[in-house]
Amino acid sequence: MNYFKSKPLIWLLSLCFFVGTTNLQAQEEEEDLLSLLDEEETTEYASASFKTNRIINLHSLESTAAGVLDIKISHRFGFLNGGFYELFGLDQASIRIGGDYGITDQITIGVGRSSFEKTYDGFVKYKFLRQSSGVKNMPITAALLATTAIRGLRFQDPDRENFFRHRMFYTFQAIVGRKFSDRLSLQIAPTLVHRNLTKLKTEAHDVISVSAGTRIKLSKRVAINGEYIYLLPDQLLPGFRNSFSIGFDIETGGHVFQLHFTNSTSMIEKGFITETVGNWADGGVHFGFNVSRVFTVHKPKKKANI
Amino acid sequence: MKATKVVSLILMLCIVNSISAQKYFSKTGEISFLSETPIEDIQAVSNSASTVFDLTSRKIQWAVLIKSFEFEKALMQEHFNENYMESSEFPKAKFSGEFLDPSSLNLNQDGTYSAEIKGALTIHGVTQQITTTATFEVSNGAIKGTCAMKAKVADYGIEIPAVVNKNIASEIDINIAANYELLQK
Repeated sequence: MNYFKSKPLIWLLSLCFFVGTTNLQAQEEEEDLLSLLDEEETTEYASASFKTNRIINLHSLESTAAGVLDIKISHRFGFLNGGFYELFGLDQASIRIGGDYGITDQITIGVGRSSFEKTYDGFVKYKFLRQSSGVKNMPITAALLATTAIRGLRFQDPDRENFFRHRMFYTFQAIVGRKFSDRLSLQIAPTLVHRNLTKLKTEAHDVISVSAGTRIKLSKRVAINGEYIYLLPDQLLPGFRNSFSIGFDIETGGHVFQLHFTNSTSMIEKGFITETVGNWADGGVHFGFNVSRVFTVHKPKKKANI
Repeated sequence: MKATKVVSLILMLCIVNSISAQKYFSKTGEISFLSETPIEDIQAVSNSASTVFDLTSRKIQWAVLIKSFEFEKALMQEHFNENYMESSEFPKAKFSGEFLDPSSLNLNQDGTYSAEIKGALTIHGVTQQITTTATFEVSNGAIKGTCAMKAKVADYGIEIPAVVNKNIASEIDINIAANYELLQK
């Protein structure tokens, strides 16, 4: 009899115990309450693959952020092999002053004026793929660049029939790159430079080249950059060389200083790709720098506060 | 007869259990911070912080992705992630703490309650013990939690180079707010 009476009691006790232990278990699980929320998957875009939108002369895969104006002042001094008489090139300087503006985070436009051959230039760059991980997985960043240059120099032969179109140069470039790690970024860019007027008929109007650029970060604020442009053979007259540049990026607050050595005099595509004459082997190298300063012209809309 | 009593007891226990284990959460918590110096004010906001609290276990937790903070200036945002917070190495800031006196909060009744919270705040991979006072506003069943606190940049191993020493405050004001909802689980 007792057996029958006590059975429900045992059941009850064991149930209480059961409920009690699940309660305890629940409390232990609460050590990490946030794990109760389903983590929303996000897409993380790679940023700061390069410190600015230029590697040295070449455009990098970076674009200027929306609403930001990036003023660039760039110098290339004379050839180092000018010796002490020319103070290793410091007596001469070629300059480009320009400004880039981010219309959106993916579309950048820019204009500039170079003292070398009094050239005006403009460009549009559209970053159509962004390296990302997470929901959207994209291994590379890719951009298209189109530039125009207008040589402002007076025509050498005023007696000849000269047209404005003879001053024009166009460049089309596809930039593909990847930020492999926080330190290392690489990009390659097949490029077409079209020149409306060449000195000799034998010179190619369309010059095809492939460029490679890299950034290796040395510290949070210093990086080493390198770029090389390979011209497909038999397009240019003898004497023109492939452009090779190496330098440092130094970042201080709103400025990026790029100090470098390059065998190219010009700082725009048609120049440093098709008109490079300096020879690294005999000191035909310029010391130069780019200074970039950004201004936030248009601020993004602020999010509403709770 | 006895069986029904037992069943009702179990049911009651279960109900009590579920009520006591009520948890509240938000995935759209707002965390903003301000660095104030005579030279410039720097501020940023994130609207995607996650938080859960449970008065039974007294626990409250927060987490936010460093990359979700938005600045007015894109370059500041880049520097914040790249140079100061090193967000690829330390992607999240976290807080895990507990209510010192959860009984002071009555979430079933409209009103404004303040609650002392103590816990571990992890920023930039460095954990510090902090105590702070949060405010919970209950109106028509909606619960809004807010908290204002300060954090010293140096306490969390964040280096500020001498060049920008005057541009960044050594102590940062942090404001936290969330509209909590009942966690259905």
